[in-house]
Amino acid sequence: MIGADAIIKCLEAEGVTTVFGYPGVAICPFYNSILESDIRTVLIRTEQNAAHAASGVARMTGKPGVCAVTSGPGATNVITGIATAFADSIPLICITGQVNSELLGSDVFQEADITGAVESFVKYSYLIKDVNDIPRVFKEAFYIANTGRKGPVLIDIPIDIQNATINRFKYPEEVFLRTYKPTVKGHAVQIKKVIRELEKAKKPIICAGGGVLLSEAQEELRTFAEQHGIPVVSTMMGIGIMPTEHPLYFGMVGNNGKPYANRAMNESDLLIMVGARVADRAVSQPDLITKDKVLVHIDVDPAEIGKNAGPTIPLVGDAKHIFQDFAKEEFSCNCREWVKILEGYRSTMKPVRNPNPAYVDPAVFITKLSESMKEDAVYVADVGQNQIWSCGYAKVKKGKFLTSGGMGTMGYSIPAAMGAKVACPDKQVVAVCGDGSFQMSMMELATMRQHNISVKIIVLKNNYLGMVREYQHYTYKDHYSVVDLSGSPDLEKLSAAYGIPFLRMENMDRCDEIINTFLKDDSSVLLECLIDPMDLVK
Amino acid sequence: MKMKTRIYSVLVENRSGVLCKVAGLFSRRCFNIDSLAVGETDDSAVSCMTIVSSGDERTIEQIEKQLNKKLDVIKVKTFAEQQCITRELMLIKIKYNKNNRREIMELCEIMKVDVVDMSKHFMMLQICDTPERVKLLINMLQSVSIVEVARTGTLALAKCAENDEN
Repeated sequence: MIGADAIIKCLEAEGVTTVFGYPGVAICPFYNSILESDIRTVLIRTEQNAAHAASGVARMTGKPGVCAVTSGPGATNVITGIATAFADSIPLICITGQVNSELLGSDVFQEADITGAVESFVKYSYLIKDVNDIPRVFKEAFYIANTGRKGPVLIDIPIDIQNATINRFKYPEEVFLRTYKPTVKGHAVQIKKVIRELEKAKKPIICAGGGVLLSEAQEELRTFAEQHGIPVVSTMMGIGIMPTEHPLYFGMVGNNGKPYANRAMNESDLLIMVGARVADRAVSQPDLITKDKVLVHIDVDPAEIGKNAGPTIPLVGDAKHIFQDFAKEEFSCNCREWVKILEGYRSTMKPVRNPNPAYVDPAVFITKLSESMKEDAVYVADVGQNQIWSCGYAKVKKGKFLTSGGMGTMGYSIPAAMGAKVACPDKQVVAVCGDGSFQMSMMELATMRQHNISVKIIVLKNNYLGMVREYQHYTYKDHYSVVDLSGSPDLEKLSAAYGIPFLRMENMDRCDEIINTFLKDDSSVLLECLIDPMDLVK
Repeated sequence: MKMKTRIYSVLVENRSGVLCKVAGLFSRRCFNIDSLAVGETDDSAVSCMTIVSSGDERTIEQIEKQLNKKLDVIKVKTFAEQQCITRELMLIKIKYNKNNRREIMELCEIMKVDVVDMSKHFMMLQICDTPERVKLLINMLQSVSIVEVARTGTLALAKCAENDEN
C-alpha cells in the first residue's frame, strides 16, 4: 500500500462520499488511487469552487467537506475558498499535492509554500514528510476541523510521500492532542447567572448567529424561546434558525437588516448573543451595545467573547449543550408586553419600496419564489444586492439558507449549491446570484452538466455590480467607477451552449407562472430576471 | 487608552513553522512585539517563547486568548513586569582608544560588564541584566563609538513566590 491509498482509506474511514477537485501532477497518485474507491470525484472548473462546493457539503451534512487540488497554482487558487470557509467557521479538509519533498524550498515547477500562505485562514495545517504519519494526520485533521469552533484544515502532501510505501495502515480510533481541548459544556455557575438575568429582564432578546447552525442547536434554541416567549433576531449567518414567519422571530439585524430587528436589539435590556461574532455588519458600534443593557455572550470560542463587544457575562461552550442545560432550569420570564411592543414595530416598520413596473421587483419576486419552494429547500444566496434582497425577503421554512457572510465572496452560490445538491440529492436547491457574481462562477455550468448535479439558478440581471454602484450612488453622488457590466454574455445563448434550459422574466406580469415552470421538476434551469439597474437595497 | 506592558511566556510544540505561526498572529492582529526570545526547554519536544508586548487592557486579553487558540501552543502564562524576574543578554562591540580605555573599564566594573573579546582597536562587552540596565549600558556607551550590538530579547520566569501561592 502506498501513501495515496492510505489517504483514500482515511477518507473512507471518515465516511467521505465525494471529493471535489482539480488534478495536476503533484496530486496524481491520489487521483489514481481514488479510482479503486467508491468515493465520488467531481471535476470542478476552477479550484476556488472546489472549496466552496465542499463548504456546501459541510453545511448540509454537519461533517467536513473535502477538496483535493494540485500544488502551486492549484493550491493558491483554493485560498479564497478556504478563507471563505474560515470566516464562516465551516469545516473543510483541503488536500493539496506538493512537489517532491527533497525539492521543497528550491522553487521548482509548481512549488508554492501553501501551508505558509494559508496560515491566517486555516484552523490548522499539516505538511506531511513521513508517509507513516498519514493516518494520524487525517484523524487529527477531521477532528480539529469539526470540533470546537469549526474551520478548514489543510493537508499538504508531497508527491513522493503519496508514492511511498506505508509499512502498516491502521486508522487511529482516538486523537491525542495535548494542546487542543475545546470546551463543550457551559459552566454551571454561568448558566445559573444567565437564568437569573432572564428572570429579572423585562425586555430580553436572543440574537442567534451561525454558530447555532454549526452546533445544530436550532431545535433547542427554538424550543427554549417558545417555552419562555423570548423574542429572537438573527445575524445573516443565523437566517433559518427560526422559520421566517415564526411569531417570535423579528428578522435579521445589522446595517442591511430589518429596522425593527435593530430597534428590538437596541431597546432590549438583556441581549443574549449566541454563536455570533458581533462584527461590524451586524452591530455598527459593538462597544456601545452594553451601555444600557446586560450582554450575555455564548460562544464555543473564548477569544470571541470580549473581542468586539464587552463587558459581558461570558458563557463558553457549544450552543446545543448550553440550550439543553437551559432547558433543565425552571424559571419564569415575563416578557409578553415586550413581545407585543415588538409586534407593533414589526407591523409598522416594514421597509417601503417603489418598484419600477417595467422590471422585476426583486423583493416581491424573492418572496414569491421562496414561498413556492419546497418546505425543506435550500436557498443559496450569492454576494451583492442579490444577497441583501435574499436576506430581506426570502422566507425560510424548514430548509436552509446558505451564503458567504463573513468573507462576502462573490461567486459562492453556484458551487456551494452544487455541494449542497451532491450532499442532499433529494432536496430542492436554488442558487440566487447577480450578473456579476454569476460570471465569477459560470464555468461551473459544465460541472453541473458533466456530473448531473441539478441546481436551479437565478440571475438577477441589472448590468451593474449593483452593490458597489449603490455605494457609489450614496458616497460619490452617482460618480460611477468600474461597475458597468456591459459586454456580459447573452444568458439564453450561454444556457443553450451548456445545454441547460433557460427562462426569462422581464417584469412581474407572468411572475407566478414562470416561478412554477422554474420549480416544476428537479432538473437544472437558469432563470434570468431583469432588474432595474437603478434599484437599491436601501 | 492606557498602554501596559505584558510578558507572555508561551510553551509551544518544538516543531518547524511554530515560531512563524506565533509571530504571524501578532502581525495579523496588529499586536506589538517589543521583544521575542525562543529556546528549547528541559523537554526537547517543547520550546519556550518569551514575548514582550504592550497594549490596552482589551488587546492584552485578546493576545492571550488568540495565543491559546493556536493548536501548537501548549500553555500561555502572562505576567506584569513586577511578577517575574527578567534578564537579557547583550553583546556589544565598541571601538576604543588610549584616551577612553580607562573610562570604559571603570564603567564595566560599575555595571558588572565582562570584556569577552578584544583586538587592537575594538573590544566586545557582555552584559546579562534586566532590560532596563541593558538599555542603560547602551546609553552610557553612546559617547564611545558603538560598532554593533546583538541582544537576546527579554527572558522571564515568574517569581518563586508565585509558585508557593499556587
